[in-house]
Amino acid sequence: MHMTASPHKVSAAGGAGSGSSSLVDTLIEFAGRRKGFWVFVSLATLFTAWEIAGRVPISFAFPTFLETVSALVEMALDGTLLPAYLITFQPLVIGVAVSAVLGIALGIVMGLSDKAEWLLAPVFIVLQAAPMAALVPLVTFVYGIGLVAKTLAVIMLALPVIVLNSYKAVRHVNPSLVDMCRSFQGNRFQQIFKIIIPDATPVLFAGLRLGIAAGFIGVMLAELLITPTGIGDLITYHRSIANYAHMYAAVASIIAVSTLTLAALQYVELRFLRPEKRRK
Amino acid sequence: MASPMTARVAETTSKPDAIVEVRDICKRYGDLEALRNINLEFERGKLTTLLGPSGCGKTTLLKIIAGLVPSTSGEIRINGKVVTGPGPERAFVFQDFALMPWATVLRNVAFGLELKGVSQAERHRVAKHYIGEVGLNGFEEKYPHELSGGMRQRVGIARAFSVNADVLLLDEPFSAVDEQNRRKFQEDLLQLVEKERKTFLFVTHSIEEAVYVSDRIVLLSPRPGRVSQIIEPNIDRSAAPDVIRRDKGYLDVVEEIWQGLRQYAE
Amino acid sequence: MTLFGMKIPMMASLLFWALLWEIVGRLDMIFLIPPMSSIITTGFDLVATNSWQAASMVTLRSFVLGMALAIGIGVPLGIAMGRFRIVDNIFGLWVNMFVSAPLSALVPVLMILFGLGETTVFVTVFLFAVWIIVLDARAGVMQVPVSLIEMGRSYGASRLAIFTKIILLSALPEILAGIRIGLIRGVKGVVIGQILVSIIGYGELFELYSRSFDMERFWALTIILFAAAMLLSAGVELFEKRIEYYAGAR
Repeated sequence: MHMTASPHKVSAAGGAGSGSSSLVDTLIEFAGRRKGFWVFVSLATLFTAWEIAGRVPISFAFPTFLETVSALVEMALDGTLLPAYLITFQPLVIGVAVSAVLGIALGIVMGLSDKAEWLLAPVFIVLQAAPMAALVPLVTFVYGIGLVAKTLAVIMLALPVIVLNSYKAVRHVNPSLVDMCRSFQGNRFQQIFKIIIPDATPVLFAGLRLGIAAGFIGVMLAELLITPTGIGDLITYHRSIANYAHMYAAVASIIAVSTLTLAALQYVELRFLRPEKRRK
Repeated sequence: MASPMTARVAETTSKPDAIVEVRDICKRYGDLEALRNINLEFERGKLTTLLGPSGCGKTTLLKIIAGLVPSTSGEIRINGKVVTGPGPERAFVFQDFALMPWATVLRNVAFGLELKGVSQAERHRVAKHYIGEVGLNGFEEKYPHELSGGMRQRVGIARAFSVNADVLLLDEPFSAVDEQNRRKFQEDLLQLVEKERKTFLFVTHSIEEAVYVSDRIVLLSPRPGRVSQIIEPNIDRSAAPDVIRRDKGYLDVVEEIWQGLRQYAE
Repeated sequence: MTLFGMKIPMMASLLFWALLWEIVGRLDMIFLIPPMSSIITTGFDLVATNSWQAASMVTLRSFVLGMALAIGIGVPLGIAMGRFRIVDNIFGLWVNMFVSAPLSALVPVLMILFGLGETTVFVTVFLFAVWIIVLDARAGVMQVPVSLIEMGRSYGASRLAIFTKIILLSALPEILAGIRIGLIRGVKGVVIGQILVSIIGYGELFELYSRSFDMERFWALTIILFAAAMLLSAGVELFEKRIEYYAGAR
C-alpha cells in the first residue's frame, strides 16, 4: 500500500506565520477585534441617535437613551425586574418546551410517513402562514386569564414553525447517507436515530430558534392582551402612570433578553452538536 | 488484433465461478425504460467495470445489484442465492462519499460494524487497521470537512473494507477527485485488488480509467440501457503504471471503446 | 398520498379536517366550535355587512401602507448592506436582532407615540415586515456570482450597468422571497397591531364578537383572514416561480 498522505499537510495550515513580525501580529490582532469593534460602533450609532431624538424631543413620550438606561438600572436594583421575568418565563418556558417536544416529534413523523404528511402538513402550513394572534382572545374564553391561557398563546405561535421546520429537516436529509446506512444493512430504527435525526439536527435547531422567537412574541401578546403580568405588567403599569423611561426600559430589556436567548442557543448548538462547524 | 495484449470480445457464456449473477434485469421509472434485459455474470476475484455514456443506467444497475434500488423485473443472485435487498456480502462505495459530517474518520470507517452491533473496541481495532491500509494514519479523530476530496474517498473505501464483504461495489468513486489524485487512486486500487482478493464492480464514465483498472469491461448503451459489448483488456499488470499507460495494447483498447461510444456523444 | 391507486392532493386533507369540524360542531359538545357549515353561511352574511367592509378597508389601508414602506426602505437598505461593508457592519447587528425580536412588546410604545389609531397599526406592519426583506435583499446581492460581475467588467460595462443589469436582476429571486415572507409577517403584524389597539378594524370586530360570544362570526372572520394570508402568499409564490427559470440556472 502506498496510499500515503501526511497529516502534517492538513494541520500545518493552522500554524502559518510562526515567524512573528510585529506588523503581522498587529494586523491579526486588529482582525480579531474587528467584530467587537463593529458591534461597539453599531450599538453606539443607534444609542446616540436615540439620545439625540429624546433630547429634541420628538415626542413627549420619548425618553432619552440615558433616562431609559437609568430606569432599567433602577428597576433591576429595586427588585421589580427579576420577579417580573420569573413570571414571564413561566408560560414561555413551558410553552416552548411543549412546542419543542411535540413539534419535533410531529415534524419527524410527518417527514417519515407519507400518510402523516398528507394529514397534517396542510394544517400546519396554514397555521404558520396565518395570523394566529387572532385566536388569542378565544383562549382567554376557555382557560380564563391564568397560566394555562398564556402557555397556550405561546404554543399557538411557536408550534407550527417548529413542526414545519422539523418536517422539512427530515425530508431534506441527504439521501446518499440513508442509502449508505441501508447498504450496511442498517434497520429502520438505526436509519432514523443514527442518520436521519443527526443529519436533520441543523434544521431542527433553526426551527427551534424560530419557535422560541415566536414564543417570545406570543408571551408578550398574552401578557399585554389577556391580563397584565410579568414584563407585560411593567409595560402596562408604567405606561398608565406616564412613566415612559421605565416603560421603554422594560420593552428594551425583553427584546435584549430574547436576542441573548437565541444567541445562547446557537452557541450551544455549534459548540456541542456540530463538530463540522467548530473551528479549532 | 493479433497482439496478445489487445482485447478480445468475450463470449457471454456462463462463467464457472460467478459470484454475482444478473438475470433478465429490467428497470422502468414510469414511462422511462432505464434498463432492458440485462444478463451478466461477475467472476470471483476479478474487477469488472460498467462503462457507458451518461443515461445508460450503469449506476442504476450497480444500485440494483447492491439492493438499494428495486428492479422492475429479473433477479440478482449472490453466491447462487437470490437477493432482494442489501446484504453482508456486498459493500458500497458512494460517488459523493456519503460520510457523516458529524462523525470522526474513525467512527465513519467503523460505521458498518457499529450497525451490526460489533463492540466498540473491536470495531475500532478493525477500523484503525483499514485506515492504515488506505494511508490515513493519524487522521482518525479528524472530521470529514477537514479532509480533501481524495482523502474523504479513502475513508469511504476503508469503511467498505471494514465490513469484510466479498463484493465491493464502487459507484464512480473517483469522479469527485482531481486528475492527479485520480491516477494515484487507480494505481492504489489495483494494489488493493491484488492484496484483498475481493470481487470489484466498478462504475465509471472514463474510458482510460476503465481500461487501466479492469479485468473485464461491460459496455452499456443508453436509452434504454443494454449490454452492447463485453471487452477483456488482457493487460499485463506486472508492468509499471507509466509503461502500461503508453502500451500499444492499452491504447488500442481505449480507441476501440471510443469508436464504439462516439455515436452517443452529443 | 395515494389511496386505492389514486393520487390525492395534499391540500385535500383540509377538507377532511373541515368535515371533522362539522361533525364535532353538530354534536354540540363545545360551544366554541359551531358547525363549519353555519360558520360559512355566517361568513357570507358577514361579508355583506357595512361593519366588515369598513373594517376591511381600514385593515387593508394599514397593511398596504406598511408593506409599501417596508419594501421601499427594506430593499434599498438590504442592497446597500450587501454592497457596502460599512453599512453592513453598522446595521447588521440591529437587523439580525429585530428580525427575531418580540415586536409585540413594541406595540404599546407605538401606541403612546402614534396614538390608538391606524398609524400605530401601519407602523406595526412596517416593523414586522421590514427586517426579513432587508436580510433577504442583502443575501441576494451578496451571492451574485463573482464570475458574472467579472464578465460584465471584461465586456466593459459601467458600474451603473453592472449594478442594474447584473446585480439587481441576479438578486431578484431572493428579494422576492424576502417580500413574500415579509407579506406573511405583515399580515401577522396588522392583526397583532389591531388586536392590541383593539378599537379599529378587525381588532375591533374580534373584540366585539368574542365579548358577545358570537362564535360563528368570530370563526368566519378568522377563516377569511387565514384564507387571505394564504392567497397572498400563494400569489407571490406564483410570481416567484415565473422568474425562477433563471434563478434555477444559476
